Amino acid sequence: MPSTTPTFRSRVHGGLLDPKMLLTSLPDAARKLDPRVMVRNPVMFVVEVGAVLSTALAIQDPSLFGWSVVVWLWLTVVFANLAEAVAEGRGKAQAATLRRAKTENVARRLRQDGTEESIAGAQLMLGDRVVVDAGEVIPGDGDVVEGVASVDESAITGESAPVIRESGGDRSSVTGGTKVLSDRIVVQITAKPGESFIDRMISLVEGASRQKTPNEIALNILLASLTIVFLMATVTLQPFAIYSGAQQSLIVLVALLVCLIPTTIGALLSAIGIAGMDRLVQHNVLAMSGRAVEAAGDVNTLLLDKTGTITLGNRQAAEFLAVDGVDPEALADAAQLSSLADVTPEGRSIVVLAKTAHGLRERAPGELKTAHFVAFTAQIRMSGVDLDGGRQIRKGAAAAVMTWVRDNGGHPTDEVGAIVDGISTAGGTPLVVAECVNGTAARALGVVHLKDVVKDGMRERFDEMRRMGIRTVMITGDNPLTARDIAEEAGLDDFLAEATPEDKMALIKSEQEGGRLVAMTGDGTNDAPALAQADVGVAMNTGTSAAKEAGNMVDLDSNPTKLIEIVEIGKQLLITRGALTTFSIANDVAKYFAIIPALFAAVYPGLDKLNIMGLSSPDSAILSAVIFNALIIVALVPLSLKGVQYRPVSADKLLRRNLGIYGLGGLIAPFVGIKIIDLLVSLIPGIA
Amino acid sequence: MSDTTAGLLQVGLLIAALAACYRPLGAYMARVYESEHDTRAERVLYRVMGVDSKADQRWPSYARALLAFSAVSVLSLYAFQRLQAHLPMNLGFPGVAPDQAFNTATSFVSNTNWQSYSGESTMGHLVQMSGLAVQNFVSAAVGMAVAVALIRGFVRSRTDRLGNFWVDLVRSSLRILLPISVVGAITLVALGAVQNFSSGTKVSTLAGESQTITGGPVASQEAIKELGTNGGGFYNANSAHPFENPNPFSNLLEIFLLLLIPVCLTYTFGRMVKDKRQGYALLAAMTVLWGAILAGISILEANHPGTALNLAGASMEGKETRFGVAASSLFATSTTGTSTGAVNSFHDSFTALGGGLTIFNMGLGEVAPGGVGSGLYGMLVLAIVTVFVAGLMVGRTPEYLRKKITPREIKLVSLNILIMPVLALAGTGLAMGLPKPKESILNPGPHGLSEVLYAFMSAGNNNGSAFAGLSVNTGFYNTALGLIMLAVRFVPIVLVLALAGSLARQQPVPATAGTLPTHRTLFVGMLVGVIIVVAGLTFFPALALGPLAEGL
Amino acid sequence: MDTRTSPAVQQYLAALRTLLALTAILGLAYPLAMTGIAQAAFPGNADGSFLRRGDKTVGSDLIGQAFTRPVLVNGKPKTDSDGNPVVEPDPMYFQSRPSAAGTGYDPLSTSASNLGPENKALIDATRQRRATAAKLDGVAPSSVPPDALLASGSGLDPHISPAYARVQVPRIARERHLSQARVRTLVNQQIQGRSLGFLGESRVNVLELNLALDELGG
Repeated sequence: MPSTTPTFRSRVHGGLLDPKMLLTSLPDAARKLDPRVMVRNPVMFVVEVGAVLSTALAIQDPSLFGWSVVVWLWLTVVFANLAEAVAEGRGKAQAATLRRAKTENVARRLRQDGTEESIAGAQLMLGDRVVVDAGEVIPGDGDVVEGVASVDESAITGESAPVIRESGGDRSSVTGGTKVLSDRIVVQITAKPGESFIDRMISLVEGASRQKTPNEIALNILLASLTIVFLMATVTLQPFAIYSGAQQSLIVLVALLVCLIPTTIGALLSAIGIAGMDRLVQHNVLAMSGRAVEAAGDVNTLLLDKTGTITLGNRQAAEFLAVDGVDPEALADAAQLSSLADVTPEGRSIVVLAKTAHGLRERAPGELKTAHFVAFTAQIRMSGVDLDGGRQIRKGAAAAVMTWVRDNGGHPTDEVGAIVDGISTAGGTPLVVAECVNGTAARALGVVHLKDVVKDGMRERFDEMRRMGIRTVMITGDNPLTARDIAEEAGLDDFLAEATPEDKMALIKSEQEGGRLVAMTGDGTNDAPALAQADVGVAMNTGTSAAKEAGNMVDLDSNPTKLIEIVEIGKQLLITRGALTTFSIANDVAKYFAIIPALFAAVYPGLDKLNIMGLSSPDSAILSAVIFNALIIVALVPLSLKGVQYRPVSADKLLRRNLGIYGLGGLIAPFVGIKIIDLLVSLIPGIA
Repeated sequence: MSDTTAGLLQVGLLIAALAACYRPLGAYMARVYESEHDTRAERVLYRVMGVDSKADQRWPSYARALLAFSAVSVLSLYAFQRLQAHLPMNLGFPGVAPDQAFNTATSFVSNTNWQSYSGESTMGHLVQMSGLAVQNFVSAAVGMAVAVALIRGFVRSRTDRLGNFWVDLVRSSLRILLPISVVGAITLVALGAVQNFSSGTKVSTLAGESQTITGGPVASQEAIKELGTNGGGFYNANSAHPFENPNPFSNLLEIFLLLLIPVCLTYTFGRMVKDKRQGYALLAAMTVLWGAILAGISILEANHPGTALNLAGASMEGKETRFGVAASSLFATSTTGTSTGAVNSFHDSFTALGGGLTIFNMGLGEVAPGGVGSGLYGMLVLAIVTVFVAGLMVGRTPEYLRKKITPREIKLVSLNILIMPVLALAGTGLAMGLPKPKESILNPGPHGLSEVLYAFMSAGNNNGSAFAGLSVNTGFYNTALGLIMLAVRFVPIVLVLALAGSLARQQPVPATAGTLPTHRTLFVGMLVGVIIVVAGLTFFPALALGPLAEGL
Repeated sequence: MDTRTSPAVQQYLAALRTLLALTAILGLAYPLAMTGIAQAAFPGNADGSFLRRGDKTVGSDLIGQAFTRPVLVNGKPKTDSDGNPVVEPDPMYFQSRPSAAGTGYDPLSTSASNLGPENKALIDATRQRRATAAKLDGVAPSSVPPDALLASGSGLDPHISPAYARVQVPRIARERHLSQARVRTLVNQQIQGRSLGFLGESRVNVLELNLALDELGG
């Protein structure tokens, strides 16, 4: 696995299974035994019916063997419910935290005439305007229509640093349950009571609103049809057995049936789905539907915003280009001095480059006590420093600095112009550095080349995407030249330069025309149509309500790179289902080799040749198979919650690997498992 | 030359002959189905039939036309047999009894050709050639039409049209099956098969006994019987009869004919979906299964485990001297793997495990390489199941040939793979559970269960061969098997057409590096694995109490 | 097309017309044409490969015969409980394989025995046939080849293995007062090898062999 960089969270992972959760979820698991609940899972419902039937038979005709089978059949059902309960339990814990944020609050609603009235938060209607002051909790989802405030959103994002919310623009949306820390804002409510963001989050993490995804439905159908086939194979076995002179007890037939039907995947299927959503939540992503998560695994085209996703948010100094006759070191020194007070990332990057490229030590602010720093303003479009001894240094946009040079008696040279043009053409940003010493004519020292810096590890990440069959497209407002440069450097497949929201929409539609699924991120209101159009639209939590409403996922961290992880989680969800299905079916082979000779070797001694595990007695063989069948569910709960490890390799390699582990493994594991259980079970007097 | 070498050379020659025809015939069939042009004779025919050959049908219309044609076929064939006494060339035979006539009608229309009757003592020449043999052609053509409709489902996009059933039926019959049958029939006569309208020749044997040697239009029926994977013999002894299958050459020709179209259709498929590798992959899976079963049966028959066979020293009971063990094993594998059901040796007397393998071969669902058309669509259905599981394992909504496998496709496919095992097992269970049907068993003990299981597997897979010791001309077997043959033929056909309709509506998704390649060894291996494991798990208990109990 | 009938009825009428049209082509024209061509090009084959001796048709080259004679008790044919005549091998002729077609080699009732490998009836029959054949041919029971013990698929198998033919040579020679060498030569002449050297099995056509044997006299 390629190393990951700190830019990303570690690879997709789920929470580990806390053994304590097994215990605390037991009551829930028991409650799920209600047949009205069980019937939704046809495979496990068959097991439950079998367990009831066997219980009745065991009561009628008690035996140690009979009761042992009955107990393990019930345990099989309970284990299946436990898996689901544990998965749900983790969601419930999160929901509890969220509920605390949703405590009853009182809203100050603005009347038409501008006066305030107090009203319960739950009674707020769409379009109401409410006033929120520092220290108050925002009563419902909405957009800031007046004022600016810092808001503590830790209740939903878990991030303690406050965020700025202001009217207009792309940072206007606020969430009910978050707290205003400073200032006063007026919020227009955009969500009906009970349908707020936090409400939806709660129901999502609790799994209450979980709907089965298309693939899950398809898999359920396949499993149900396999169950019918095995039911038929078991039911018809009795007339064959009677003809053979080896009539079987019903308990044994139920045991055989339960061993054959795909209980492993049947038991874990819903836990896998819940855990998948849960994994997203752990990554601070809220999916509005499981369908969206599944779609994420299928994405063919990923639209990525350049800034913040592919490049660091700001441009960085890459090079000092001195004009003729100026020592490059002098240029670096001047650039560094002028940037000491500049705390912007651009400014810091100049200091860093001076150090790494020219070995210039960073001066502590205290060293230059008398220096006067000139801050950047939009009017003068440059910044600089006035040092002791009348040395003035300025750096900034070429036009502004050249004007300054001219104003200070200097003569701009063509050389600077040429360098500036060269950098611009290459997609970089030129910053001209000039100095004026003691009133002599000012002169340009050279140019600092600022350019977009691609985040570490992006190229590797995009290479992985390519191997997964995902095309990456960069969306940028830059000119095509700049865009191509960055796209090439980052290793993207394509780019959309000078992109307008309409362009973005058109691109999504044309990709979809070709049958491709598109994922994108967005935050602005003008992104909303594209977010809605995309198959997977991830809205940034910092974005507008319109954007959040349009997308089918919200990233609470507002980290556009998250899209890549979402895709992986989507794939992992499907892989886990597929792998456990394969495992479950492959398991059956060994169970036949345990049970069939046990049932019939007495009448057909030749069949004992099939007892390749050398199980000690017929009873012990059947019981061992049933026990294995139950225990394998528990053994696989952690895997179903954590998900099968996903590696970004080609489909062929992935299949080979998973078939090897879960297909071949599923074939062999039960032979070993049943044999071991048989060794233990055969110690029980009365079974051996 | 050792027996093994001879046997291998025989298989080698068969494969070489099939390989030589693979591309030319496969490509020809693709052209037949893709052509927009009707021949003049066809245009006349369509006028007579009163159908519009240019109409492009939605899947329900296609299915309705197919079902109407098959229903009319069943009724006509039933009436034909019942009225035999009043028809010419009846050889003096009376009308066939109602239950047997029903069974035979469903059997031939469903391309099963299960025979509860004995040809030489039940059916006159007219019923044979104008009733039964016509169904040999058209039931095969129906299977091919369904396969082609499914291929169109993959090929077409954003449409609800699957082609025209009448055109596919007529072209399959007249442009593909008829010409090959003509060549096949003449070759068979050249090799010694009979073709006449004799009502029997009485001869006086050397030993002074009299022997009535029956004739008939045998070669013409024999050719289509193999080519259309029908299998219904003119005589009771089927392809073991020297008049149907006179020598080792004709034997190899018949095996070749019964494998020809199912094998070549994979090329037609690859060509029509514009990715020949997909066709090769299916052929590879079919070949692996066929080869494995062939090896199993050949080795078992050559080593003849079993008390009586060991006493005699060879597994020659029910086998002809001119064919021997190797050619009989080859025929048995090919006939049970193609839903043909013709036999040149009697499976009931095979070694227990060898006979068990013929049952298992049918249990695979007749896809190695399966019946004409039905083998291809059966294999495609199983490929979709495999793609579904494999697709999940690579983390994408599964897709096959650029079409997504959604819940709708899985629903249709699941029902499809459900129907055969459920009916085959239910039928066997019923027969073994009721007192009366068990009386039909010839061989006692586990072999008796094998006989009944064979019967229902054969009907349940539209195969038609039998463990012929079972006396099946009873009300129970004629009715139960007749109903099963109809159900397992036409329910899957409707489901496959619905599947084709569903696929045709879809827009193709682009293939990327994340798409599971379905033409590579790994996929072929998984497909084979899925087929074997699913069939094995389904039939293991029954097989354990039949062939395994007897043979282990 | 008749517009008054409903589409469903029309559909069935079209189906019926289609079936009739195709029956005319595939069920009449095709077999009749094949018969015409076959009778013109291969009349012998097409009729049934009949073998004649003098002007008498003695059988078909492809259809096996039983070379048996009725068992006589006090000059009258013995019958079994079903009323069928009991027969025994005619020692003057090479014997065919056991047959399950009717009472043996009956083309009106072609059939295999369909007995399974563990069927007691087959086990007993095998033992009995071995003993009978060994006794008839005066050879060790172990030298009787399998095809002498097991019935064919059609019940009309015209062939036996060369091994079985050879086993019968001493008896034929003795019964017909011929030298074993002459009979053995005859057998060797009648052996058909595998086609192309590898198709099927080598075999001897019993009817042809016995016809040739009669030519030889004795």
